[in-house]
Amino acid sequence: MDFEQVGKIIDKHQEKRTALISILHDIQDRYHHLPEEALRKVASRLKMDLNDVYGVATFYKSFSLAPQGKHSVTLCLGTACHVRGGPKMLREMKNLLEIDPGQTTQDQLFSLNVVNCLGVCAIGPVMLVDGKFYGEMNPIKARKIIEKIGKNKRKNGVKS
Amino acid sequence: MRKIESVSDLEKWKENILKKQQQYEMVLSVCGGTGCHAYGCKKVRDQFAKALGKSSNRKVRLRFTGCRGLCERGPIVTIQPQGIFYQRVQEKDVPLILSETVGKGKILDHLLYDDSVTKRKVNSEKEIPFYKAQNRLVLGNNGLLEPTKIEDYIAVGGYHALAKALLNMGPEQIIDEVKASGLRGRGGAGFPTGKKWEDCRRAPGDIKYIVCNCDEGDPGAYMDRSLLEGNPHSVLEGMIIGAYAIGGSHGYIYVRHEYPLASKNAETAIIQARKAGLLGKDILGSGFGFDVEIAKGGGAFVCGESTALIASIEGRVGEPRSKQIHTVEQGLWGKPTNLNNVETWANVPLIIKEGSEWFSSIGTERSKGTKIFSLVGKVKNTGLVEVPMGITLKKIIFEIGGGQQDGKRIKAVQTGGPSGGCIPASLFDLPVDFDSLTGVGSMMGSGGMIVMDEGTCMVDVAKYFVHFLQEESCGKCLPCREGLKRMGEILDNIAEGKGDEESLSLLEELAEVVADTSLCGLGKTAANPVLSALRYFRPEFEAHIRQRRCPAVVCTSLIQYSISEADCTGCGACAKVCPIQAITGEKKKSHRIHLDLCSKCGSCKDVCKSSAVTVQ
Repeated sequence: MDFEQVGKIIDKHQEKRTALISILHDIQDRYHHLPEEALRKVASRLKMDLNDVYGVATFYKSFSLAPQGKHSVTLCLGTACHVRGGPKMLREMKNLLEIDPGQTTQDQLFSLNVVNCLGVCAIGPVMLVDGKFYGEMNPIKARKIIEKIGKNKRKNGVKS
Repeated sequence: MRKIESVSDLEKWKENILKKQQQYEMVLSVCGGTGCHAYGCKKVRDQFAKALGKSSNRKVRLRFTGCRGLCERGPIVTIQPQGIFYQRVQEKDVPLILSETVGKGKILDHLLYDDSVTKRKVNSEKEIPFYKAQNRLVLGNNGLLEPTKIEDYIAVGGYHALAKALLNMGPEQIIDEVKASGLRGRGGAGFPTGKKWEDCRRAPGDIKYIVCNCDEGDPGAYMDRSLLEGNPHSVLEGMIIGAYAIGGSHGYIYVRHEYPLASKNAETAIIQARKAGLLGKDILGSGFGFDVEIAKGGGAFVCGESTALIASIEGRVGEPRSKQIHTVEQGLWGKPTNLNNVETWANVPLIIKEGSEWFSSIGTERSKGTKIFSLVGKVKNTGLVEVPMGITLKKIIFEIGGGQQDGKRIKAVQTGGPSGGCIPASLFDLPVDFDSLTGVGSMMGSGGMIVMDEGTCMVDVAKYFVHFLQEESCGKCLPCREGLKRMGEILDNIAEGKGDEESLSLLEELAEVVADTSLCGLGKTAANPVLSALRYFRPEFEAHIRQRRCPAVVCTSLIQYSISEADCTGCGACAKVCPIQAITGEKKKSHRIHLDLCSKCGSCKDVCKSSAVTVQ
């Protein structure tokens, strides 16, 4: 893996300690997770203890130390989504992808995550797939969306 | 854009913008809120842009606005000055709108809002019951401006309050005005804003910080998102006025990671304000300088708490600290820090512009102004509503919200997020203000209003909030970390039919200990959802314990799906949809569910056209 980008990201944020969370977000956007090497680089450039960087990287839920799949599936489990059937959606996705939230499928195609609220409460239950919001979901609709992505990608072969 | 150095510059700028805007005969506004995005508003907008770009029609302006509130009916398109309100607009409707409505002035019936009570089609926003009872002082401008264009904000009178504050008022006078207005913090606790400003101004220190809290972690609330996304300059203007009054030189807007558009629009607004000389050194030639930057969150609910948020801005783990010394004295890097919520900041320009007397004429004796609520859950019209304080829950839920959604009776409303509680339908005559809600065991919170009906199980809701808080507890103090875990276990047991007579008293005792001994607000208020559910819906808990029954048929351990032989037509839809092939049967003959396999996902019930699938 090439870590040149990490240096550029830190430069962009002017090595500011205050920007640690933003730096980690940018690294995660680029590498789809926070590689150990990148965290070491951040710690040394920001003159921080690696333990502290690791603490931040594991405290905040948006960060993942494990590589994420090609497609991210995020289910909202906020109260509004919950009362409209959010838990059913979660059960369906766990069944379909055969993974728990926070995990990635073996073929590295999908990562399943849950969040406590996406802030699109009026149209719950909400599912976010690769940055696109899907509202008023139910297990049947959700399954179709995921199966469609899976079929296309698996047919064309997955690029790692 | 040239730098604005005086009030006359600002006035001239506004005049020029208005003159330019007058060239247009019509404005087509497509709602670009997140709800409408999910329904494909971007495609609608692109289609309009393409068609308008092609035609020689230069008299129509296309505007991509922030959230309009009635998210459930998105994508929303409005046409000014006629005031036509179209809902659920799809790409295919665009040519028709352009040729019929824009071209010939004809109204398209199929895109109008259908009032289910009067059975009439409604033409304009003002006539829609959802909007009629609202008072959209803060949110209203969302529909009138494109969030990425500072000119639009100037055109509706933006930054005029700032000019008034900087050039005609002294800092103390501003604080007095905010105090007199009676504005209280919209983030949840309802602390008087003017008092907070005064304390921060008086706190000794050469550097003072101004923070805007857009962490909005309460599940079911999204008004801060819609404000910062839809009208970022109003928040910025409030912050600059506050900074001048308090003596702050630098500000931060802390935005949740889940709100990328909000941080993008806020960032754009900051850059535009700097260019216009509304941020930076010597704002409007007053000698006062202030600047703002964005700080991003990382998905931790506890960071909505002020001391945890401050730790997060400093680049640390978001753990709260004891508040013996308030953040107005020692906040960011130990300096006096004034933190207010997005909605609070957005109210400030209004107060300065229209005066405290006007502001305090709205609302109740101790809760002034309006409050934005996100009316969501099991109610017909879901979306953002802005109402004067003191309005009854009944009016919000039944008049604005349109009442029940799908034939099930509404039984409660949850307010205040995980710090609040469930208010039963019998108390719906309650006026909505800070003190009344606290009085019945809930709280205002940031403004989530999640409506629940007979299909919502209160044990499940209590369980949901406890698990939510358990997961979000930072783990620093024991009562919150351990107490919530044990409360969660008791509730899990009840939901699985394993609870006993002692479960409820133990749960109540634990809840009280967690509330009394936790370090920060997260733990201190964690008991509310459980205690309020027990207070108003105890029979539901008892049914789970004594009869091993979930009256709302939600708790999966206690329910069973079956197919009624008499009603089943044998169409096979259920078998086809079942994700684990737990349904078998021959075509045109009655099907059956294999209970040992059934995962209780409910998909079969959702697809059955003859209502043969039942659940008990």
